Amino acid sequence: MIADRPIEQQTPTVPVKPKEGLFSKKNRQVLRDPLDDSNPITVQILGICSALAVTVQVKPALIMALGVTVVVAFSNLIISLIRRSIPNRIRIIVQLIVAAMLVTIVDQLLKAYMFDVSKKLSVFVGLIITNCIVMGRLEAFALAQKPWPSFLDGIGNGVGYGIILITVAVFREVLGSGTLLGYKVVPQWFYDHGYVNNGLMLLPPAALFLIGLLIWWQRSRNRKLINVS
Amino acid sequence: MHSNQYTLIYAAVLSVLTAIVLAAAAEGLKSAQEANIALEKKANILRAVRFDSPERQAIEREYREHVREMVLSAAGGELPGVRPDEVDLKEELARQPADRRLPLYVYSGKNGRSYYIIPMRGVGLWGPIWGYVSLESDFNTVYGAFFDHKGETPGLGAEIAEQPFQQQFQGKKIRDDRQQFVSVSVVKKTDKISVGDQHRVDAISGGTITSRGTDAMLKNCIAPYLPYFDKISRNIAQKRRDPAL
Repeated sequence: MIADRPIEQQTPTVPVKPKEGLFSKKNRQVLRDPLDDSNPITVQILGICSALAVTVQVKPALIMALGVTVVVAFSNLIISLIRRSIPNRIRIIVQLIVAAMLVTIVDQLLKAYMFDVSKKLSVFVGLIITNCIVMGRLEAFALAQKPWPSFLDGIGNGVGYGIILITVAVFREVLGSGTLLGYKVVPQWFYDHGYVNNGLMLLPPAALFLIGLLIWWQRSRNRKLINVS
Repeated sequence: MHSNQYTLIYAAVLSVLTAIVLAAAAEGLKSAQEANIALEKKANILRAVRFDSPERQAIEREYREHVREMVLSAAGGELPGVRPDEVDLKEELARQPADRRLPLYVYSGKNGRSYYIIPMRGVGLWGPIWGYVSLESDFNTVYGAFFDHKGETPGLGAEIAEQPFQQQFQGKKIRDDRQQFVSVSVVKKTDKISVGDQHRVDAISGGTITSRGTDAMLKNCIAPYLPYFDKISRNIAQKRRDPAL
């Protein structure tokens, strides 16, 4: 930046657009927005299907969040790189192919290196392809933006999705099984005095209730969201 | 707007590129994936004899040291030089009973007892179900059972893969008082069938078709082994009568 300045000063008549920093204010915004103000799950209500299904325990939720983040970030990046060459009439198919390719690679990697987790996630890894977050970001963001902001947007949305997933999973695992990441956290003393694990927490409806409570809490806290609905 | 020609070529090139990437990934990861599947199989076989460990090495060691693999002919003889891995259970079950090859795993556990593990395969509601059932050396008492499935309904048919269902099998008998084969039936507690309590386990509410599939699988897959078991029993009895042999 410092090196650029003298040149700018020499030719003040030609307006040179200053090169945007990697983490400029705008890019930070792109990264931060999906964590709260436009969270894919609690504000856009996307990706609910997998949020209900893989949040019984924290570990699968963690891996799922990671998988979605990788897929959204890199499919955003790839689509953004080829966005000018994509024929408009088949753009949805092109987006699907790119997303499906990345999901298949993630699925294969899980099967090779994390077999037990891949068995738990089973069909839901494959279903990342149809996860509305992926297609939504590709269509709404990557098709019109430069590669780097698109990549950040993917990371942001993946993490925003992951935060909710893991929060829900922590509640469900602790209340439903008394464990966290497989380790016992509810002391035996509780059970000896009549405490029982909540069986409802192991069933999908529990995730729906928890997400509902999260949305309630978020709307009461975040002023920007109050007038949305 | 791009021309039709451009669109077609674009689609073709993209498809080919994707195919190449995916083929490379599949080939590159194949050996690791196959190792996982082989380990899973060993772990499942050991689960049928109540050995459950999450650790890779423990499973490999237990299997290597205590499990003997063999393949039997339908007449009850051991087929030399054939390994269970070479036998596809699905294909064998489609053949005439007299032509079947039968894989068997013998687990020599603590205190020198042998357990005979029978692999099985059947059909559930949505897809295949499979499992391993181990018998004690009286060839009558079930020592342990393990079942798994491809895509049964969670909470209903998928319960066959859960411990509470599998533990019911421990100690059940597959033969009646006259040593005739009756198998272990998977039926509702209230079902009035003629077999006694030692020959039945409680089926799953809401998983009727999977329960029936499990029931049929047990009958189909244990019966072919009886000639071999009878032969071994006779040999043991003979040895007892005439210790010189």
